Amino acid sequence: MQDWKQNRRTFAAMSSAPLVWLLVFFLVPLSIVWGYSFGTQAGQVGIDISGTFANYARALEPLFLGIFVKSAAVAALTTLLCLIIGFPIALAISFATPRWKPWLLLLIMLPFWTNLLIRTYALLSVLGTKGFANQTLGWLWTHASGVMTFAGFAPLAEFEPLPLLYNNFALIFGLVYVHLPFMVLPLYAALDRLDKSLIEASLDLGAGHWTTINRIVAPLAAPGIISGVIITFVPALGAYLTPDLMGGTDSQMIANVIERQFKGANDWPFGAALSFLLMYATFILIAFQALRNRKAEARI
Amino acid sequence: MVHCTKSQARANFCAAEGKNHFALAANQSSMATVKQPDFGVKEIMDRIVPLKDIVANRRNLLKGFGAGALALSFGGALAGCGGKPEPSAGATIAPTGEEPKLNFYNWDTYIGETTLSDFKGASNIDVSMSMFANNDELFNKLRAGNQGYDVIVPSNDFVERMVQADMIVPLDHSLIPNMKNIDPSFADVAYDPGRKYSMPYTWLVLGIGYRKSKVKAVPDSWKLLFDSDEYKGRIALLDEAGDLFRLCGRYLGKSVNELTPADIETIVAALIKQKPNIKAFHQDNGQDLLVKGEVDLVLEYNGDIAQKMVEDDDLDFVVPKEGSQLNSDSLCIPKGAPHPKNAHAFINYLLDAEVGKAITSTILYPTPNAAAKALMPDEYKSNPVVFPAADILAKCEYAKFRPDMQKLYDQGLTRVKAA
Repeated sequence: MQDWKQNRRTFAAMSSAPLVWLLVFFLVPLSIVWGYSFGTQAGQVGIDISGTFANYARALEPLFLGIFVKSAAVAALTTLLCLIIGFPIALAISFATPRWKPWLLLLIMLPFWTNLLIRTYALLSVLGTKGFANQTLGWLWTHASGVMTFAGFAPLAEFEPLPLLYNNFALIFGLVYVHLPFMVLPLYAALDRLDKSLIEASLDLGAGHWTTINRIVAPLAAPGIISGVIITFVPALGAYLTPDLMGGTDSQMIANVIERQFKGANDWPFGAALSFLLMYATFILIAFQALRNRKAEARI
Repeated sequence: MVHCTKSQARANFCAAEGKNHFALAANQSSMATVKQPDFGVKEIMDRIVPLKDIVANRRNLLKGFGAGALALSFGGALAGCGGKPEPSAGATIAPTGEEPKLNFYNWDTYIGETTLSDFKGASNIDVSMSMFANNDELFNKLRAGNQGYDVIVPSNDFVERMVQADMIVPLDHSLIPNMKNIDPSFADVAYDPGRKYSMPYTWLVLGIGYRKSKVKAVPDSWKLLFDSDEYKGRIALLDEAGDLFRLCGRYLGKSVNELTPADIETIVAALIKQKPNIKAFHQDNGQDLLVKGEVDLVLEYNGDIAQKMVEDDDLDFVVPKEGSQLNSDSLCIPKGAPHPKNAHAFINYLLDAEVGKAITSTILYPTPNAAAKALMPDEYKSNPVVFPAADILAKCEYAKFRPDMQKLYDQGLTRVKAA
C-alpha cells in the first residue's frame, strides 16, 4: 500500500469532504451537547452553561447508577443469547453450498433492512395475549384436550394465554430478535474466511466436533466474535424503543430515562450528562478491546 | 360563508348562507373524486392487518416514526386531482394579502375528512399539515425557533408554558368573529385569561376505560388503578409522569395543582406497592391494549375510548368519583409564523359551526364549540363518555404548568420503575 505522505494533495482532497462532514454534523453538535452537560436549565428554553458538575453528580446517584447497571445486564444477556443463537447460524451459512449462501444471507439481511418500529409492532401482534403465538398454543391445547377426551382421559383445563408481552422476557426476546443480525454478520465474515482444511486436520487427527469448535474454530474466529459482541452490546445498551413498547413496569432502561429528560422532564443538561456517561462507558469498552487487540498482535 | 361538511359533500350539495348562493356543483364533484388526504398512511396501514394497531389516534400514532416527517401536502394532492377551485368559492373568505399558503402542525387524526380541502375551496389557501405525537415533541420542535408553522395545537398546560417561554403570539380577536361560537365556559380560562393567545379546539378528560364483561361493577374509583389488587395484572397506566402523579394526588384527595415534594414521596411509595398489580405503562395507546384484550382497565382519555367504542361495544369509560384532570387542545399561532393573517382566517374557519360539526363527527372528541355541538346528533350530545355528567366534571381540574414540579414527577416515575 502506498503511504499517504507520498501524495499529500490527493489525500487532502479525498479526505476533506468526509472530515468537514464529520466536523460539522458530528463533532460540533456533540460538543454542544457535551457543553449542555455542564449547564443548568434556565427558564423554559434556555440552558446556562455554568461549568457545574451537578448533573454528573446526580447521574451517579444510586438510582441512576442502578439503572445503568441493569441496562448493562440486559444488554449483556442479550449479547450472550445472540452469540449462542448466532454462532450455529453463522457456522451453517459459512458451510452452505455457494448456491444457498446468498439466500441464507438474505434471510438474515431482510429483517435488518426493515424498520425497527415495524418489526417491533409485528412482534407485538405475535406475542400478545390474543397474538399469533398464544392463538397457536391455544389451538394445540384445545385439540390435545379433544384427543385426550376421545381417548377416555379427563379434558385439560381451559387454556390460559401465556404472558409473553409486557415483562422482562418480552424485553429480552425483542432485543435478541432485533440484534441478531448484528451478531450473525461479523461472525459469518470471520467464519467464512477460516481455512477449512484446519478443521479437517483437527477432525482427522482425532478431535471430536466439540473439541474442534472449541479449540480450532472459536479461537480463529475470535476477532469476529469480539466485534460481534461489541456491535451487539453497544446498541442493545442504548435501546429505548423495545423497553418502551414491549417491556413491563420494571423494564426501564437508561435510554428511556435519557429520552424523558429531553421531553417530559425538560432537563436537557441532565439528559446530556446521562448520554455522555453512556458514551464514555461505550468508549471504555471499545478502547479496552483495541488494547487487547494490540497486545495480541504484539504476541504474534 | 359556505359550509361543506362530509355528508353534504357526498350528497353533492352545499348550503350557502347569507345573500350569496354559489353553484358549487362542479367544485363539489371534483372534490368527491379527490382521494382523502389521510389515504396514504391510514388506508395502507389498515390493509396490513397485523400492523393495524400502529394506526390509532391523536396521541399515540407513529411515536417512533418521527411523525414530523409525515408532512402531507393537502394542497398538492388537491391540485393534482381536482384542478383549480372555482373562483366563486374563493370569494367566501376575503384574500388576506399573504401568499395562499398555511402550515398547520396538528395531532394525528385530529381534523375533519374534508376540512382542509373545503378551506382551500373557500379561501384558496393551501394548507400543508404536519403531525406531532405529543406536546413535548411540539415544544421541542419550536424550542429552537419556529421553522415555518402558522397554526399549532398545544394542550392547555403547554399554552401556559409556551406563553411563558414567549413562543406564541397574541391573537387578533377582530379577525376571529367565530369566537362567538365558543361555549361560555371556555371563553375565559385560567390557563389563558381572556383567550388572549389560544382558541379552544377540543377538550378531554382522563378516566378509566374498561371492558364491561370483565369487571364486577363499574370501576368508578381511582382506588382500583392505584391501590388495589382486585384487577391484578389487568391494569395499564399512562406513561406520563405528570398526569400519573397528579391523578394519584387526586385519589389522595388533593387538587391536581397543589402537590408538594412530600406528596411525591407518598405517591412513589404507593405506586411501588401497586406495581406488581400493573401490567404496563402504556404510551397513550391504552385503548388499543383494551381492544386487544391485553388489559381490562386502562387510564386513558375519554375521546380515545369513545372512538374505540364504535368498534367494540363491550368497552366503556368512567370518570372516577374522586374527580379527574381535564385537558383542552387549543389553536395557537407560534411566534415567527410566516402567514399570520392566513392563520387567523384558518382558526376562524375551524371555529365555524358547520366546520366544527364536520370535524367533531370525524374525531368524536368533546367540542368546546357550542354552535357546532348544537348541530350534532343526539347520540353524540347525550353520550356520557364524550360528555360526562356535570356533577362529576365539577370535580375535575385543568392541570397548571408547574416548571418546578416537572423534574420531581419524572424522577418519581423513574424511581417507581426502577424499584
